[in-house]
Amino acid sequence: MKNLKLIAACLFLYGVAQAQDKGNLLIKNGTVLTVTKGTLPETDVLVKDGKITQIAKNITAPQGVKTIDAKGLFVMPGIIDAHSHIALDAINEMTSPVTAEVAEADVVNPFQINIYRALGGGVTTIHSLHGSANAIGGQCVVLKLRYGTFDMNAMKMEGVPRTIKFALGENPTRVHGGGSNIVPRTRMGVEFVIRKSFSDAKKYMEEWDAYNKNKLVKGFRGASPVYNLRLETLAEILKGNIIIHCHSYRADEIFMLLKVCKDFGIKKITFQHANEGYKVAPELAAYGAMASVFSDWWAYKFEVYYSTAYNAAILTKNGVVTSINSDDAEMMRHLYHEAGKTQKYGGLSDEEALALITINPAKQLGVESRIGSLEVGKDADIAIFKNHPLSIYGVPQYTIVDGIVRFDRANDPADMRLMVDPKQNLEEATLSEKGVDRCMEGTEFLFTNDKN
Amino acid sequence: MKKLQLVYGMITALLCALVFHLEAQIPKAKTGTFALTHATIETVTKGTITDGTVVISHGKITDVGTNVQLPAGADVIDCKGLFIYPGMIDGGTNLGMSEIGSDPRTQDFNEIGDVIPQMSALTAVNPNAVAIPITRVSGITTVLASPQGDLYSGTAALINLHGYTPEQMYAGFQGVTLNFPNTGRRGFWDRRTDEEIKKAADNAMKRMSEVWDRAVQYQKIDSATKGKAGYYPEMQALLPVVKGERPLLIEANAAKDIQSALKWIKEKKIKNVILTGVSEGWRVADEIAKAKIPVITGGVLELPTREYDRYDQAYANAGQMFKAGVKVAIRSGETNNQNYRNLPYHAGFAVAYGMDKTEALKAITIVPAEIFGVADKIGSIETGKVANLFVCDGDPFETKTQIKQVFIDGWQIPLVSRQTQLYDEFLKREPGVSKK
Repeated sequence: MKNLKLIAACLFLYGVAQAQDKGNLLIKNGTVLTVTKGTLPETDVLVKDGKITQIAKNITAPQGVKTIDAKGLFVMPGIIDAHSHIALDAINEMTSPVTAEVAEADVVNPFQINIYRALGGGVTTIHSLHGSANAIGGQCVVLKLRYGTFDMNAMKMEGVPRTIKFALGENPTRVHGGGSNIVPRTRMGVEFVIRKSFSDAKKYMEEWDAYNKNKLVKGFRGASPVYNLRLETLAEILKGNIIIHCHSYRADEIFMLLKVCKDFGIKKITFQHANEGYKVAPELAAYGAMASVFSDWWAYKFEVYYSTAYNAAILTKNGVVTSINSDDAEMMRHLYHEAGKTQKYGGLSDEEALALITINPAKQLGVESRIGSLEVGKDADIAIFKNHPLSIYGVPQYTIVDGIVRFDRANDPADMRLMVDPKQNLEEATLSEKGVDRCMEGTEFLFTNDKN
Repeated sequence: MKKLQLVYGMITALLCALVFHLEAQIPKAKTGTFALTHATIETVTKGTITDGTVVISHGKITDVGTNVQLPAGADVIDCKGLFIYPGMIDGGTNLGMSEIGSDPRTQDFNEIGDVIPQMSALTAVNPNAVAIPITRVSGITTVLASPQGDLYSGTAALINLHGYTPEQMYAGFQGVTLNFPNTGRRGFWDRRTDEEIKKAADNAMKRMSEVWDRAVQYQKIDSATKGKAGYYPEMQALLPVVKGERPLLIEANAAKDIQSALKWIKEKKIKNVILTGVSEGWRVADEIAKAKIPVITGGVLELPTREYDRYDQAYANAGQMFKAGVKVAIRSGETNNQNYRNLPYHAGFAVAYGMDKTEALKAITIVPAEIFGVADKIGSIETGKVANLFVCDGDPFETKTQIKQVFIDGWQIPLVSRQTQLYDEFLKREPGVSKK
């Protein structure tokens, strides 16, 4: 017990020391999979103050800079998961079909062991989303996996565009129509809720614009409109300042939201899951909408019954910017393997497959100038693999965030908890479950019979 | 000239009709005599044969080797550059018993009651379940269709993934399933107190033992009355288990539960047992090995069961148990997603995290066949065995590898599923954005 406390204290100090640090590092002689600029054999990557400063052969290590010998290893950009719910203390504010005012940034939990486990799968950045109980859910947060920090703000990626969760289909209709007997109970209702919200926000925005203009006029005596955080947030979507990430499955509902976005002049949208995205791939491509999908999950509910594992390949070949996500603390640990499945289902090239978990999710989060490929000037978020990451035998050895090694397979101890609950039953085993919709976490009590 | 045009027109019309006819046809499986030539054959039990031939005739493998006489009239399939493997076996699914995870109307694996060993999975297998072709085109030819629920939850059945009635699919093994009382939480959503969990587990243990003791009594009465002990369907279903003729498949995952299962098996002198799940088997691997009880573990792609365990512990579990001397088969456990097609990737991850590659391949072929007592029929490429096999262009654990042929019971299976059909229809959708 005393030992445990000591470990906890050490970890605490370690955490404080590591927060928001930027590292210096030289990675020698790896096969560098840049994703955007080809594959470079026996190449070095130099990192200074958390940024990639040089990619070349035979770089000499600056004095005092730690070197990783990557001979025979594969060096790739840190993996980005565009759909996760880890490192959060609350997922669903399910009290209304519209909750644009709430934000996951307020409930980030840097202590979750799943953060470290994700690093063990080469993941460096995640998009942690609000759940899918509401047609318009809460705002989401982009986190860098700076595991070791105790400061929730140090987890957040700085200077990223804002994002918000929308949801179509069974989840909002079951929670609100089925659970509370209010609109929406059908896909018609979902469209109406979104159109009404945007219309209200437009009116709100116009009232404020008029007020802000009029108040400059000398002698103006009117009062300001009433401030409303929900409408304020929705107005920012209309202005193009918040990217929509919409939980969706069926082709018809995806097409519906494309039309709504067109009518309100909204351009930035990524469809999450989009299991039937393949059916409207030409429409998605024409609109410039993107898709973030599972590799092969299906059959867990009716609206994913007509899925195909070829979804990512069809979308990619139709010109849709596509990513593969996890929505699951276990699957996020092997997104490289999930990306590899697109080679079985649709024959994507190595570069296309790797883009699904690096540069493409970066584009969907609006951070492609910062992360998602190995290029000079980008953040030093890097995963180093034994064996090619698209091979089943690929095993992450080091995961690096901002030039700091956050995962070291050979040297990390087994127990990597940051916080130890002294009352925890150490004998207790918890089994993970495949195919459960994490998007509905916190709403289980509404459905006694099943957990989806 | 005009005549020629007419002829051309007629030929075109005929071709069009033919093409239309072909497109409209749903591909069917084919049986007969096949010779798969010039292949690298991974027999699993008898090593690797290079540039070899496998002959399939009317359901059976009739010849394997490098110096094989091709039977007259055989359908010869050139497998140069390709590999032949025995069909993979997933030892724990609900395939055919569920269509949609969230819709109870489509689920037939979870009957009401805690002592219902008479509930037969084979009855509820839908040979036309959408997931069956989706699974078999990936080289999984055989699965255990298993009921789920409380305690004695039913009788599982091994099925081959081709046939139009459960009898046509039946692969010769049935076993009674038992969920060993769980002392842990069922998941993050399980909000019971520690006391409530313990009480529930104690009650279940008592019930489980009482039922077993009754079954032992029933067996005595049955044998004394020469089978006239009366209609007790639960007891009748347990009778072959008590006699040791049919195994008891005991699902246990937490280390403590595995240990108490081993103790219970010993106390009750149960002769024929298979442990399933076994997520924490690595903690008590020596004890399992000592008890000489075979294990069907998985899925491999899972989180560690405890927060303080090493991050890759679930990936390493199968390999660690094998090293300790446990007989280990791997299952996928991808029930809610019906993603049993991922079985080779579960085995592949076990390899990436420490298991020997040859042993991992055995763990999804010959080992489950042995555990189910059907190793004389399936699980390897040998003369005389059932022709359950697949042909692929590389290591079947790799996601780059494509499956080229699948044979089940000697039937050449069309490599078509709803998911491939959707790909064919939508890769280049017509019309595209514009209908004009």
